Amino acid sequence: MSDTPNKIPQTEPQQSATFDRVTNSQIRRAAATGIYDIRGGGAKRKLPHFDDLLFLGASMSRYPLEGYREKCGTDVVLGTRFAKKPIHLKTPVTIAGMSFGALSAPAKEALGRGAGAVGTSTTTGDGGMTPEERGQSKILVYQYLPSRYGMNPDDLRKADAIELVVGQGAKPGGGGMLLGQKISARVAKMRCLPEGIDQRSACRHPDWTGPDDLEIKIAELREITDWEKPIYVKIGATRPYFDVALAVKAGADVIVLDGMQGGTAATQEVFIEHVGIPILAAIRPAVQSLQDLGMHRKVQLIVSGGIRNGADVAKALALGADAVAIGTAALIAIGDNDPELEEEYNKLGTTAGAYDDWHEGRDPAGITTQDPELMKRLDPVKAGHRLANYLTVMTMEAQVIARACGKSHLHNLEPEDLVALTIEASAMAKVPLAGTSWIPGVSQF
Amino acid sequence: MESLKYDLATTPLREVNQFLHGDASGLNGKHIEINNPNGAHNIAVGLKSEAKVTIHGHAGYYAAGMNQIADITIEGSVGSGVAENMMSGRVHVKGFASNAAGATANGGLLVIDGDAGLRCGISLKGADIVVGGSVGSFSAFMAQAGNMVVLGDAGEGLGDSIYEAHLFVRGKVKSLGADCEVKTMGPAERKTLVDLLEQSGHANVDPDSFTLYGSARTLYHFNVAKSGAY
Repeated sequence: MSDTPNKIPQTEPQQSATFDRVTNSQIRRAAATGIYDIRGGGAKRKLPHFDDLLFLGASMSRYPLEGYREKCGTDVVLGTRFAKKPIHLKTPVTIAGMSFGALSAPAKEALGRGAGAVGTSTTTGDGGMTPEERGQSKILVYQYLPSRYGMNPDDLRKADAIELVVGQGAKPGGGGMLLGQKISARVAKMRCLPEGIDQRSACRHPDWTGPDDLEIKIAELREITDWEKPIYVKIGATRPYFDVALAVKAGADVIVLDGMQGGTAATQEVFIEHVGIPILAAIRPAVQSLQDLGMHRKVQLIVSGGIRNGADVAKALALGADAVAIGTAALIAIGDNDPELEEEYNKLGTTAGAYDDWHEGRDPAGITTQDPELMKRLDPVKAGHRLANYLTVMTMEAQVIARACGKSHLHNLEPEDLVALTIEASAMAKVPLAGTSWIPGVSQF
Repeated sequence: MESLKYDLATTPLREVNQFLHGDASGLNGKHIEINNPNGAHNIAVGLKSEAKVTIHGHAGYYAAGMNQIADITIEGSVGSGVAENMMSGRVHVKGFASNAAGATANGGLLVIDGDAGLRCGISLKGADIVVGGSVGSFSAFMAQAGNMVVLGDAGEGLGDSIYEAHLFVRGKVKSLGADCEVKTMGPAERKTLVDLLEQSGHANVDPDSFTLYGSARTLYHFNVAKSGAY
């Protein structure tokens, strides 16, 4: 090191952790436009998640099952509480509600094909049921939403189950949004709206307010469908213990609990990132609520929000869920954000993996668009096959873990099979910090 | 017309609704009378036949909900959500209606002889509603299509965030909601009003005594200059 006069050593330029590059770009965008940012998808920030949990597996005190020989069941029955015709699924991985409108018709068809091939369900979304979707989905759950766009009793009767949507994880307390670029003539007709307008969905149901009313509403849906269909209640993860208790009281057969990583077609960025809680923090209070009411496994629990692989499925089930739902992962499986389209994502000012302007309807993969030319790019048969492959892999991965834990059915996984890598995850999932018997808030270190 | 009577004091509602969901060919042209409703919820929901149903008394929530084709009369008053999401047919309430009457209804005609509560015609999607009395606040909120005729007054926030529905009000409107404004009643709208008055037993009421309200269409596209209105 030389002590050259007149040259003062410089510190490395340092980006602020508080005002990082993304934050600064958000400030500049807001300053330039005067309106909040809208995007699709779920929370992108790093959150406590299933990656913060590990399975212990079998060893001296636990007896594993042979990986390829001994049976490990994956089936699940949903709607056993009141419905005359509960749903029987071969895998506990279901497809979450996504609308025709937000998604193209070929994308909805692909979801139906993929789900049907492996014996699981798919779900409609805001805007109603399309004939293609009903035709391609062996088991179809019909969402009953605050907007009631496209809602009609004939479709209600055609459904295999009804999902009454109170909220979703990406935006608990918020309504849907579909901007004019995607309100094509067909979408407009289904929703009874003028073509090309920016559509705002209601955030509250129009004809009931509160859990006492909800009980009557659920009874109405049961009466109309002659008590045949399972009735789900979907809630965004916020106050899961109390929300689950109220949904049970209102008469739900199944509760769908969606964490903040769960995607949306479009809403404000600030909403996605700052309202609601991660699914990891929501499952145990929800299960506790069911257990306190003596309804665990009687009212089934489906969880969603950031489920990516069989390990996530196994962890969700070990924490007490009966099934999971995937949305974003299913879109990726059928071609969303594929690096093969990098050049086209670059033209849109983004990169593969980060594309989230789903509301603009310019998706080069032909999935989140109503552009006739773009949607031709998606072959629903091939895309459906990819989804079926992915669902099969997830199910097999979950089985691998369950067998390693000595479980003959995925539903036999339990919290005792898990440990946490972080104190936060330990507190949220109520499993011990790895290598200790400590669960913050439950046991002493 | 062949008539059948059910007594809800002795027959479970489930049994009555199951009968009403029977094969349309067996129900078409039949008159089903329901006695002693005593405010029960979900009476005559999900019908899809040319049956005529009369409920002798008061009904609770969602009476005649999601009606298709049928002609349903409630001799008394009704709770929330009468004829909600009706697709077609006719529902006539001879008394008063509580909140959210005709919510999201797509088609058919809902006639309420008395007053209707809050949010009458909320998210209306193409049906026609005629209210002989007044409607409460926030009526026709986000109403997308169809017509609402009010012979009395309207409460606060009428037609807030309205799309393409037409609101005909004869009395006073306490306040209009965002993007709702007075419109000029042209010949087509006037004919619609005259027809609805006639169909609802108000043929003697002067159509020119009504004011038409509809969408100013300024909120159809997000516009930062109008952020205060969203």
